[in-house]
Amino acid sequence: MSALLQVSNLVTEFGGGGGHPGLKAVNDVSFTVSRGKVLGLVGESGSGKTVTGFSILRLLERPGRIAGGRILFDGTDIASCSEEEMRQLRGKRIAMVFQDPMMTLNPVLTIGTQMVEAVQAHDKVSKEVARQRSRDALGLVGIPSPEERLSSYPHQFSGGMRQRVAIAIALLHQPDLIIADEPTTALDVTIQSQIIYEFQRLAEESNTAVVWITHDLAIVSRLADDIAVMYAGRLVETGPVGKVLTDPRHPYTAGLIASVPSQNRRGEPLHQIRGMTPPINRLPEGCSFRTRCDRATEACRIMPGLIPEEDRSFRCIHPVMKEVA
Amino acid sequence: MVTSIIRRLIQALFVILAMTIIVFIGVNVIGNPVDILINPDANQAERARVIAHYGLDQPIWKQYLMFLQGLLHGDFGDSFVYGRPALGLILERMPATLELAITALGIALVVGLPLGLYAGLYPKRVSSKLIMSASILGFSLPTFWVGLMLIMVFSVELGWLPTNGRGPTMELLGTQWSFLTGEGLRHLLLPAFNLALFKTSLILRLTRAGVQEVLPQDYIKFARAKGVREGRIIGVHVLKNLMIPVVTIIGLEFGSLIAFSVVTESIFAWPGMGKLIIDSINLLDRPVIVAYLMMMVVLFVVLNFIIDICYTILDPRVRLDAKA
Repeated sequence: MSALLQVSNLVTEFGGGGGHPGLKAVNDVSFTVSRGKVLGLVGESGSGKTVTGFSILRLLERPGRIAGGRILFDGTDIASCSEEEMRQLRGKRIAMVFQDPMMTLNPVLTIGTQMVEAVQAHDKVSKEVARQRSRDALGLVGIPSPEERLSSYPHQFSGGMRQRVAIAIALLHQPDLIIADEPTTALDVTIQSQIIYEFQRLAEESNTAVVWITHDLAIVSRLADDIAVMYAGRLVETGPVGKVLTDPRHPYTAGLIASVPSQNRRGEPLHQIRGMTPPINRLPEGCSFRTRCDRATEACRIMPGLIPEEDRSFRCIHPVMKEVA
Repeated sequence: MVTSIIRRLIQALFVILAMTIIVFIGVNVIGNPVDILINPDANQAERARVIAHYGLDQPIWKQYLMFLQGLLHGDFGDSFVYGRPALGLILERMPATLELAITALGIALVVGLPLGLYAGLYPKRVSSKLIMSASILGFSLPTFWVGLMLIMVFSVELGWLPTNGRGPTMELLGTQWSFLTGEGLRHLLLPAFNLALFKTSLILRLTRAGVQEVLPQDYIKFARAKGVREGRIIGVHVLKNLMIPVVTIIGLEFGSLIAFSVVTESIFAWPGMGKLIIDSINLLDRPVIVAYLMMMVVLFVVLNFIIDICYTILDPRVRLDAKA
């Protein structure tokens, strides 16, 4: 089965043009997602995860633009689509859930208005039918008395409820692909679990592909099939979740995993990756992680390519290897 | 809703009462009308008679109480100059000013809103930059100068439009209106445009600023991510958020259009309230000044109330019932 979404060598730049190189927020990123699979796109703030998500939907704000690479969605090159073709994709076949539920709903329109317009943007149906579908979608994500809720305004909902509304909107057209940008970061842990469960069910039952953008490795380990770790705009490690999280190759991935608090290391100081993510206009030459890496050598001054190993790959010439017991 | 309206009405009454004190004392401070009203050749007995007739020999608090007493009967006193009830004088002139102000506001909205929307949506275009530069002119050129230039160009040089007056009027609902006759409309055009210029620039710049504030919001991006058509995003998502500041400004500026149409009315000899108040100030015609200022206070109170009601329609987060 061929992949539903195939991103190859994606480069997204901000600024630039007229002879000046732009800042590469996303640099040479490739991954694939198949129907029914969940890809966890992991990285720190500013590593380019969200920009990758917006690139797929072609919703970058100026001066951001896709400067290279190719995004194939179900065999169609996104770059070759007209604006109208893109509009027909958005919401219908590719849906997105944003990070901050407090900001994603228009404060002066009712939930009903915002859901009905989402239905009618793609399907020629009457208002009543659209309302019925909106009601069903709200019920699906566990919002009580959805009929009443349709006439409410966003400020009458809590953050968790708003995110469920956003998810309900994303589900309206049963899309083939959902891009979820840290959808649970702003939520309580209990609601987090419910939403993760919803997405899992969705991937299994409706065969929906999900790109789950997050910095939370715990969520990825529960939810995702594959993982792609980003650092400073580049992929540093990809592979099946089980393998990458238990046996990371890239020192950055290893550092992230070691930073997760654990019961098993009670009393010990929490591991930290020293230093901070460098700003993308002042990346060190060669491997971007070089200056924070304990394993770095002179050889790291040249940017390594992604090194494949079975069904995974990593971008490091001094990979971490688990000692074979 | 009803209780909040009643509460607002009581508040308004207190505002009006406070204003009567300020206005009454203020007007008493600026000069003695006796010097202007009475013939300098008049003898003492005649002076005393006139002063007593207008109640000017009483202490100020007594004058104020008498004024309040009159006010309760809807009587602001007689004009010193015209010898007729001050309120009647003002109400007589009001339709002319209202007509001018509403036309000016209409022009400002019809021109300012779409141009501001355009300049906000396409800020990089040369046409947008031209619009914005023009709005700076509209903002900073003094009204009286623009008025004179308009007369110079359209009346004197081109001879297209008349220079002054209301032209022939037609009766509707018991008052005379210019806009109902073709000739009256021609008279209305120049002063209305002159009065509208500043407000047009204001609404234009406000709209543009609003568009630029709303467009980068997540909910606009989310609407795009839903696949909503661009026309609906602009016409519903952007516009409805935009109308909140615009309505505020329209409401407040409508008051100032009426209250400060003085300059335009003077230049175009438009027989409205503005011209009346300037004449009354020159002649220290106290009852007319006081009555006019009171009318303006009531006008602003009413406008603010209307704005508040518009808010509740536009912005669901605002409710009049909410405990302030």
